[in-house]
Amino acid sequence: MISFSQVTKRYPGAGGGYEALKSATLDIQPGEMVFITGHSGAGKSTLLKLMAAIERPTSGTVLVNHQNVSTLRASALPFVRRNFGLMFQDHKLLYDRSVYQNVVLPLNIIGYNAAEAGKRVRAALDKVGLLAKEKAMPVTLSGGEQQRLAIARAIVHRPSILLADEPTANLDAAYALELGELLRSFNQVGVTVVIATHDEQLQSRLQPRCIALAQGRVTQ
Amino acid sequence: MKNWLRQHALCLAATLGRLTRTPLASLLNVGVIGVALALPLAFYVVLANVQGCARANAPTPQLSLFLKIDAPAAAAREIEARLKKHEGIAKYRFIARDQALADLKASTGLADVIASLNRNPLPDGFVVDAKENSAAVLEKLRDEFKAWPGVEHVQLDSAWARRLDATLHLGRLIVLGLAALLAFALVAVTFNTIRLQMLTQRAEIEVAKMIGATNPFVRRPFLYYGALTGLLGAAVGWGIVWGGLRLLNDRLAGLGQLYDAQLRLTHLSLPDTLSLCLFAATLGWLGAWLSASRNLAELEE
Ligand SMILES: Nc1ncnc2c1ncn2[C@@H]1O[C@H](COP(=O)(O)OP(=O)(O)OP(=O)(O)O)[C@@H](O)[C@H]1O
Ligand SMILES: [Mg+2]
Repeated sequence: MISFSQVTKRYPGAGGGYEALKSATLDIQPGEMVFITGHSGAGKSTLLKLMAAIERPTSGTVLVNHQNVSTLRASALPFVRRNFGLMFQDHKLLYDRSVYQNVVLPLNIIGYNAAEAGKRVRAALDKVGLLAKEKAMPVTLSGGEQQRLAIARAIVHRPSILLADEPTANLDAAYALELGELLRSFNQVGVTVVIATHDEQLQSRLQPRCIALAQGRVTQ
Repeated sequence: MKNWLRQHALCLAATLGRLTRTPLASLLNVGVIGVALALPLAFYVVLANVQGCARANAPTPQLSLFLKIDAPAAAAREIEARLKKHEGIAKYRFIARDQALADLKASTGLADVIASLNRNPLPDGFVVDAKENSAAVLEKLRDEFKAWPGVEHVQLDSAWARRLDATLHLGRLIVLGLAALLAFALVAVTFNTIRLQMLTQRAEIEVAKMIGATNPFVRRPFLYYGALTGLLGAAVGWGIVWGGLRLLNDRLAGLGQLYDAQLRLTHLSLPDTLSLCLFAATLGWLGAWLSASRNLAELEE
């Protein structure tokens, strides 16, 4: 489903830039649940962005559903990205839009009609327990609720792959586990789930396959 | 196809929403475009009125054909036949030389002088009205008639037609120049507006792109906004000129009574109004497109 071979990502910058990922090779099968672990700055977020075709590799090949992201035309990338549901490390919620409007964004991008979109948005909000807050603005939500809003937006278009970057950061342990269960429930219905985290409690609870990163290299 | 239409309908609704969400900014924008449009528009309207008035009141320039003094009657008949068949001629009148002499005698009071002539010095002639009265057409007819057998001289007073043509031509040039300046201003205004809008919506645009929005999807609402402000600006410009004409026509009516003439300026014709709307909407769209494309290219780096 996702396959990296010898992938290097160098961010441009002073002194020849910074190599955030160094010849990483890995494979993720359909339906798997995978954790990406490693210290801060190890390259976890970079790895997720490469998977979702938000960044392009400096060298090496990234395959998503057998499509080579490195060589794809820029105009084709949006369609690769639609395979993914994304939870960003910093949420990236739209704070000037209501909960509903945040969640409906991926559906508008794909071009759903209003009735069908409404159904799906409510189903997603129901799943994360935010149905009652449909009209609220994101700033009025608690940290955990914002996290769940981000999940709702990530899954509303029923992607085949869910990428979550530090989904449990800033959540108390009990809440983090609850959220872990939610992510597992998606995996159980066949969604491939990739989570970047250093939450060890979550790891011991879900017992996923782990890909460890250190200084931009895959160590395990 | 249906999907595509729906996307556009959604987008149009969203754009209208955006216009009404920031009423002051939108109003100012539309106002600026309207005022900028009003100036060349007013000039154009005045020009169109002058043109119509001049065409209606100008003495129609006539062509006078004079035959050779000793031309036989057959030659006159031949020329008459040619005139009758000619496509470009509205009407013509034959003036026999005796008739011409009699007219001269009656109208000028030169009866004594004329009576002292021992023969008629005037030739047979035709007075011709062309269907079209532009200088170029008339001159072409003159040259054509000159080449006909039996024609001694063709006289055309085209100076007036030429002067009118030249003046109107100059007026049109000025309108074109103003319109070009205005087009630039309209594109620049929308370019800048869209740039600011995209800056304030940068977060949203970035997120949308990361979760699979195409560039056309991101661009579309801004294109609608540009076209719509252009269109509304055109409406405002039209309204300004309309108001100006009403005021002016009130005064002109009073003036006209004094001179016992009907003075009235008419507004843009319907086709002209539609062209104006199309012109403004297209330019607004263009400014938005340039701005949005540039912005998206910057994002992609
Ligand atoms: N856009 C960028 N431009 C330049 N350098 C970047 C950029 N994004 C990340 N980096 C650098 O690449 C390295 C890896 O970043 P990344 O965000 O992948 O780390 P991470 O493993 O997700 O860390 P964290 O756990 O703190 O989120 C960091 O040193 C970071 O400074
Ligand atoms: Mg990170």
